[in-house]
Amino acid sequence: MREHSRPLSPFLHYRWQYTNTLSILHRVTGIVLSATYLLLMCWLMAVAQGEVAYGRFVDRLAHPVFTVLLGLGFASFAYHFCNGLRHLCWDAGFGLERREARRSAWMVVVAVILIIVLVESVLHFRERGLP
Amino acid sequence: MTPTSGLERILRHASARHGGEDWWVQRVTALALVPLSLWFCVSMLLTPAMGYFAVRAWMTRPWNTVLLVAFILVAAYHSYLGLRVVVEDYVHEAGMRIALVLLIRFVYVLSAASAVLAVCVVAFGGLP
Repeated sequence: MREHSRPLSPFLHYRWQYTNTLSILHRVTGIVLSATYLLLMCWLMAVAQGEVAYGRFVDRLAHPVFTVLLGLGFASFAYHFCNGLRHLCWDAGFGLERREARRSAWMVVVAVILIIVLVESVLHFRERGLP
Repeated sequence: MTPTSGLERILRHASARHGGEDWWVQRVTALALVPLSLWFCVSMLLTPAMGYFAVRAWMTRPWNTVLLVAFILVAAYHSYLGLRVVVEDYVHEAGMRIALVLLIRFVYVLSAASAVLAVCVVAFGGLP
């Protein structure tokens, strides 16, 4: 591991625009997803430990801290996934013009809201039955 | 600044040609995670109520076992590289930075290894 003076990410140098808010959000959601990942790995371990241990783990998941983390984890996944596709397109050399980048930014925002509303309503109606 | 030879100064600042590697692996793992994470998320939403036996039955199906192990490993690598970049951007003191990156690395190796072991134990029918 070489340590001295590795370069900083570009968005740390620029003035504010809504597109770099999306960049920061990519980071924030990535950090939330890392925490969610660790929680999911604990869940897998609980499955391997047998029915009693699994039951205890699921009971603990009902705690508000974990409920909030899982909710945030899902929303973060929706955002990180959509915006990640945008980043992959840029890396492949597409959509780098300013107009295109702004349009894809709005597409990401709309897609994320749609996904969250859709999944939340599916979960809601599965629990309560269709109206 | 201590006087140094020209060569020494160049070596201290020049690229070692390793910088692009992490960048590339971050993208490759991202690409692999497009189908893997989508599969995982949809599976989670479709498995009703997440009951113990439903989850075990789901993990035991061969394709699910393979995809789950792939997801655990690829997501761990992607996540580690991402957190590492965040630490390198915001923690400017070298000792602290190295310690944090190493800590993150240990946590990921341990949790990914444990999770893969857990999936294998269930898939190969260990423990009731």
